[in-house]
Amino acid sequence: MLLVALAGRDFSFVYVSRSTSRELPLGYTLASFWSGQAGSLLLWFLVLTGVGSAAVALNRRLVRDVLPWTVPILAGVGTFFAFLLVVVATPFATQVPPVDGAGMNPSLQNPYMLAHPPLLYLGYVGLTVPFAFAMAALASRRIDERWIVATRRWTLAAWTFLGFGILLGAKWAYEEVGWGGWYAWDPVENAALMPWLVATAFLHSVMVQEKKNMLRVWNVVLVALAFGLSLFGTFLTRSGVINSIHSFTQSSIGPWFLGFIALVAAASTALILWRLPVLRSRTRLESLVSREAAFLYNNLFLVALALTVLWGVIYPLVSEAVRGVAVTVGAPYYDFFAVVFGLPLVLMMGIGPLVAWRRASLKALAASLAWPGGAALATGVALLLGGAGSSLLGLVGYTFAVFVLAAIVLEFARGTRARRALSGGSWSAALGTLVARNRRRYGGYIVHAAIVLLVVGAVGIGAFGTTREARLTRGETMQVGAYTLRYLGSEQTRGANAVELRAGLAVARGGDELGVVRAGKNRYLAEQQTSNEVAIRSDWLRGEDLFVIADQFNPDGSVYLKVLVNPLVNLIWLAGLVFVAGALVTMWPDAREQRRLARRFADEGVLARA
Amino acid sequence: MTLELVGLALGAALAALAVVFVAGPLLRESARGERRAPADDAHVRLLEQRDRALAALKELEFDHRTGKVSDADYRALVGPLRREVAGVLQALRPSGKRPKREVDVHA
Repeated sequence: MLLVALAGRDFSFVYVSRSTSRELPLGYTLASFWSGQAGSLLLWFLVLTGVGSAAVALNRRLVRDVLPWTVPILAGVGTFFAFLLVVVATPFATQVPPVDGAGMNPSLQNPYMLAHPPLLYLGYVGLTVPFAFAMAALASRRIDERWIVATRRWTLAAWTFLGFGILLGAKWAYEEVGWGGWYAWDPVENAALMPWLVATAFLHSVMVQEKKNMLRVWNVVLVALAFGLSLFGTFLTRSGVINSIHSFTQSSIGPWFLGFIALVAAASTALILWRLPVLRSRTRLESLVSREAAFLYNNLFLVALALTVLWGVIYPLVSEAVRGVAVTVGAPYYDFFAVVFGLPLVLMMGIGPLVAWRRASLKALAASLAWPGGAALATGVALLLGGAGSSLLGLVGYTFAVFVLAAIVLEFARGTRARRALSGGSWSAALGTLVARNRRRYGGYIVHAAIVLLVVGAVGIGAFGTTREARLTRGETMQVGAYTLRYLGSEQTRGANAVELRAGLAVARGGDELGVVRAGKNRYLAEQQTSNEVAIRSDWLRGEDLFVIADQFNPDGSVYLKVLVNPLVNLIWLAGLVFVAGALVTMWPDAREQRRLARRFADEGVLARA
Repeated sequence: MTLELVGLALGAALAALAVVFVAGPLLRESARGERRAPADDAHVRLLEQRDRALAALKELEFDHRTGKVSDADYRALVGPLRREVAGVLQALRPSGKRPKREVDVHA
């Protein structure tokens, strides 16, 4: 109904008139379904009912005795959102229709915003599924492995949506917000990052539970924390509690959300404490040098990073509430902890896969680490000789990245060789069988490779970027890195719903003319707002972007420019694609595993019915 | 405003009653679940333990083949794992009576 009202620009709906206008292109008009508060809550509710119903229907045999608790928990969350939609923020309120609507915030008029919010919501809402099944397992005292099996792919899917959604948001910020960076530690960006980090920790630690029957308490805590943080993320985005670029809406849903988050936290904690005696595992860590220990270290770093980010997000709120002083937590705080916890995490991504389960001797570990370690060392020396020593962080980051990549390559190579020795055939067939027989492990390695690409890109832009600012009159040039830009003049045109002012700049590098880029501003008529429209020239071979911001057009015809060369930034976007590919491999159904589980749970089913 | 509040309160009370009505059978079922025979739980755990031990054994063999696990580590780990698998399979063997306890993997 809301979509029909939006498509027909039915301004008798208050929501439609506040978020669209007659001139707004149809794509963005439909996307305004989730650009406003009430619409996004409706999206939450719709996704929850769809995802919840599907998860229950697909698992009705596997966890039949847990479902009587799962359904009410899912329904409880759904009821909360239905309540908000009916009582607090309805998208269906009507009015006497105005002549035109207020339009959409210009920053949101970007193709990436068509996909970024729905993906984030799929991630946030998807985390309700593992939460509901875990809490239901606790309530029904069925704390065996079935809730994990039932929710594994749902958790992976939610995590993938969230991760990819965060990257799309970064791409949007890079292109639309126009400061030249890709992640600004904005509270609402952090709001999506926190549940993703905790879900990442869960996806690792749940393997320890499956393999060793350990960390059972820790896993339900992580599931509850991830869900709580996804609610908190929605609260931050939609309550307007934190004044950030995303908090476009101010409303009265805040107290309701806080109350619900408190209720979820209290109920989850009580349930976990109630079941603590049966949750505690008898299995102990056999060695500090083992795969499960590596997962534990990785979990500690991930959760520490998530909690550090959480503190950075809530500290300004606490400060304002307690002391009445508004403070901001800036990028240096987050950057510091991202390095402190992030670099060991990257290192663990390389070490973890090379350590055996249960225990490994230091001698065996050293033998496994020799090749990746040697590759990393050689890279470090080569980078130093190549002049990359100007940034210690860059040097360490790239060295660690090569270490992880070498470890991944080593894992694939050794596994393929062993598989070929076992079953013969070609190398490619052996590789295919290797991945097909253990999709989670090798899909996970592909995801690790994606994280390495992201780290390389982030370090590239952060440590080796170049920025220049200049005021140019027609015909003047400026030099940025290896690029020369010549100002050709400006022009003004009329777009679909905005007046577009652009500065033309001829770009050359090393004497080669590379073409013209146009950066400028859009003046949106219905919205009465102006936005920066940056020009980005991507060089995929070099992996770098020339990023041009036309900051100011002066009456004398000159233009004030800020130009950045962002090395390796495109690896960040490539990482998104590799991440999705790895996640798909990990999620792809494994018929052999399905048969094994079917046999086991058929036994249990018989037992349950007995 | 007062009417709205009364409406909200009535709605909340109705919702609470509905929840109690719907959850009643669940709570009774849960109480029955609490009283499940310990042998049933032990059997479920044994099935999981069997699968876990078999998977660990398979993984150890593969890691040994790839060179991730040294010969010495392999020899130290494979014995207990094999004994664990044998113990679980023994405990799961149909004997007309379900096991009373899990197999101690560290025995």
